[in-house]
Amino acid sequence: MEQVQEEKSTNMAFSKVITSRLGGKTITLCYQCGTCASSCPVAKITPRFNPREVIKLSLLGAEKEVLSGDSIWLCCSCYNCQERCPQKVEIADVIYALRNIAFKKGYSPNIYLEFASALLNNGRIVKISQFVENKRPTLGLPPLKPTGVEALRKILSATGFDKLRLKEESQ
Amino acid sequence: MTSYALFLGCTIPARQPNYELSARKTLGKLGIELVDLDNMTCCAPPPVQSINFETSLAIAAYNICLAEEADLNLVTLCSGCFESLAMTNSMLKDDEELKAKINKILSQAGKEFQGDKEVKHFLQVLMDDVGLERLKQNVSKPLNNLKIAAFYGCHALRPSELLKLDDPERPRILESLIEALGAESVEYRNKLKCCGGLLRGYSDDLALNLAREKLENTSKAGADCIATLCPFCFVALDIGQIQVRAKFNKSYDIPILHYSELLAFALGIDPKELALEIHKIKTDKILSKIF
Repeated sequence: MEQVQEEKSTNMAFSKVITSRLGGKTITLCYQCGTCASSCPVAKITPRFNPREVIKLSLLGAEKEVLSGDSIWLCCSCYNCQERCPQKVEIADVIYALRNIAFKKGYSPNIYLEFASALLNNGRIVKISQFVENKRPTLGLPPLKPTGVEALRKILSATGFDKLRLKEESQ
Repeated sequence: MTSYALFLGCTIPARQPNYELSARKTLGKLGIELVDLDNMTCCAPPPVQSINFETSLAIAAYNICLAEEADLNLVTLCSGCFESLAMTNSMLKDDEELKAKINKILSQAGKEFQGDKEVKHFLQVLMDDVGLERLKQNVSKPLNNLKIAAFYGCHALRPSELLKLDDPERPRILESLIEALGAESVEYRNKLKCCGGLLRGYSDDLALNLAREKLENTSKAGADCIATLCPFCFVALDIGQIQVRAKFNKSYDIPILHYSELLAFALGIDPKELALEIHKIKTDKILSKIF
């Protein structure tokens, strides 16, 4: 009985963490109909991702399984599920909320760590090389305007983004 | 003259001069002035939303603030930028509490989001500011012999409640714009399904599976080319086509063209000025049908 009690409080705790985050507040509306899974292009081609399952596990409090697995990173962010959900669960946004929590806990795929450092260092997640920039006039393109790197750093510092576990800058 | 602040983003200046050139030249020819503003940054697209949603809203709002200060509406070419900026614009306009929270962050960078400007996708500028009739009048090289598969990708349309570009299940804007150039817009299976672009780099296998499906369905429908709106869809289907060939031993050889490039051809802009050499799948067979 005690164990059940304990599990129950853990479940509630994870739901609360999710609903308190931007994008996560609608997760508790889910009644597991599966419209999301049948609308999902990724779920159609792999058993590794199923949005209904991600929501079910999250609501049941399987925090570690959800956050440490690769499932949440396989959403292609197409928003089909979100458009069609009869309960108006913002499923793609819930996945973002879960990724945000995972990232904070250090479960972050390498490519996302690279995006984060590129943003911090260059103000852009895709770097524009000097070679490409120099080539612009020959193509008939105007010179690029300066990037607001300084302003961006202030924003990243104000939200604590720069304190997230980032990869050492390699360039 | 109608003017817009151009939000260029990162991927287009880094890798797709073909998109930038065709967009600048066509809008110029149609009487739309584009203004390049100082100090814009990354738009904070899905990869940044995945790391920290609040940060992505603040970055997008910062960029909208630059347009507000210049008293201009924004136009984006990339659908990733469009999603990020238009979504943020709608969210902050509709939610005072969220707006206050984001403005507190922006104050560190000396900005304040007002919410008095629009964020539009390239397509919307063509539809709303130029219009189909004026577009038709400007066509000097009609694309009469072309069958074009319209491909919206995801982030021009969805989340539709915030982006408000067109019906997310039965959109018509791109098809209408294709037909205005004299071409035929061909229907194909699973038209609105994702290209897999955002999975590239995390799960290339799954990404290529989705790209292959798109190539298969458009080819079966007899399309001469696929019209895209987004640099990520372009990469997924153009370079992706080479990778699909290697992985599945299946060759499609279907050129991928941004809608802006097709528009440039129809407006009689010299293809030599459009950096078409960027295309991995060569566009010669499309050009020979037009010129």
